[in-house]
Amino acid sequence: MADKVLMKGNEAIAEAAILAGCRHYFGYPITPQTEIAAYMAKRMPKIGGTFLQAESEIAAINMVYGVSSAGKRVMTSSSSPGISLKSEGISYLAGADLPALVVNCQRGGPGLGGIQPSQSDYFQATRGGGHGDYHMIVLAPASVQEMAQLTIRGFELADEYRMTSMILADGTIGQMMEPVSFDFEIKEAPEKPWATTGTGMKRKHNVVNSLYLSPEVLEIKNIERYEKYAKIAEKEALAEEYMLDDAEIVIAAFGIAARVAKNAVNAARAEGIKAGLIRPITLWPFPEKTFKKVIGTAKQIISVELSMGQMIEDVKLATECKVPVSLCYRVGGMIPSPEQVYAAIKEAAEKAGE
Amino acid sequence: MTREYLFAGFGGQGLLFSGKVLAYKGLIEDKNVSWLPSYGPEMRGGTANCSVIISDEPVGAPIISNPDVLVAMNLPSLDKYEAAVKPGGTILVDSSLIERKVNRDDVNVYYVPATKLAGENGAPTLANMILVGKLLETYGEYDAETVKTALGKCVSARHADLLELNLKAMEIGRDFE
Repeated sequence: MADKVLMKGNEAIAEAAILAGCRHYFGYPITPQTEIAAYMAKRMPKIGGTFLQAESEIAAINMVYGVSSAGKRVMTSSSSPGISLKSEGISYLAGADLPALVVNCQRGGPGLGGIQPSQSDYFQATRGGGHGDYHMIVLAPASVQEMAQLTIRGFELADEYRMTSMILADGTIGQMMEPVSFDFEIKEAPEKPWATTGTGMKRKHNVVNSLYLSPEVLEIKNIERYEKYAKIAEKEALAEEYMLDDAEIVIAAFGIAARVAKNAVNAARAEGIKAGLIRPITLWPFPEKTFKKVIGTAKQIISVELSMGQMIEDVKLATECKVPVSLCYRVGGMIPSPEQVYAAIKEAAEKAGE
Repeated sequence: MTREYLFAGFGGQGLLFSGKVLAYKGLIEDKNVSWLPSYGPEMRGGTANCSVIISDEPVGAPIISNPDVLVAMNLPSLDKYEAAVKPGGTILVDSSLIERKVNRDDVNVYYVPATKLAGENGAPTLANMILVGKLLETYGEYDAETVKTALGKCVSARHADLLELNLKAMEIGRDFE
């Protein structure tokens, strides 16, 4: 059994954040992520940290801005409608180059939608969500273990690149329990000489701000930020490859959809169909190189999503439209069954064989 | 080997808890496990269910379409899930709450008046654990030591006094013929 414990995905995020040195959590309750806040409410006071249930999502994200300005690891979490509210603040974090961790445990939308799992905030997460030219690093866990692991990684990446990392989970991964080990090597947070921690009369004032009234200066700020994004795209893209070497039918799926798709790939392989899976772990940067590998060998790519087809656009871009890409989906809080995905694979295999 | 369990009934019957005990037992035995609750408004008194997968292989989808085992603690749950159980699978029925019989003849069925037994034995809220005891016994997997350890992981320190009562309920289920 080693040192594994059974824990909900949401709780694993909270525990991992504490291990990563996060001592400041600001949130506002919303299903299906409230366990994160509940866990923080219980733990933070015992370890000298701050748990604060803010008066609104907007207040919470601005508290995150404040703590991050002071150079400390900080996070907030919410679910889809709450993330929309936080998007203004996320844009300000981007404009001020502040590191932070934001968790979106997605539920069905648009509007208040429902409370069951969804992946329909993919566009919002990978394209920025708020106003202005910016990106977040978007991490997509597919297990409770990864909820923990990617939370720690999210803090590291946020500090390294001075930007927001988002954990893009969903109601299923948040609510399910699986064994999880917290046997992580935790790196100390780096020095933050830019933080507004007081000059001690020894240096000039640090300024954290996203307002640049001079277009010349603001243009340079944007261009520099995109040079950083280019480096991240080159270095940090991550995907799991499953039975990909000889795959003719390739599934693209992340998070809970990838779990379902893996069952279908196994079923297809048992029937002699050469199926495989690419599971993006970073959604931004998108693992383009992994997808480019299957150009020439894949006859069909099926994007399995809990949305009306959002990641499918990145799959098409990454494969330069050289491989036909189709969509297999459920929405509104429904989850595709392995049988549905298997049927899509079988149909694609029959078509490819003609 | 992979076995998929579906616990279904009313919110408040402790189905999520019994699933957790089973999952912890799997974890202690070094298996791969997943536990997935329904988390809708049903938690406040409607139907509730919980899917548990215990496997020698890594668990893929935590969602179950066709369970090997159904534990039904109310009639709507039996009506809804009876047909989905795999042929050769097992259905455990709390026969003090469900009057009808299972219609299928290709599954193993056990009728346990769990709620009645729980009431008679001073553990009125532990019908769920009686069913888990019976379930483990049915598969020849009732290992007293592991069961106790798993329960210990699930009963919070604040309620430590309830551990013995849970254990007793499981034993009642185990010994029920």
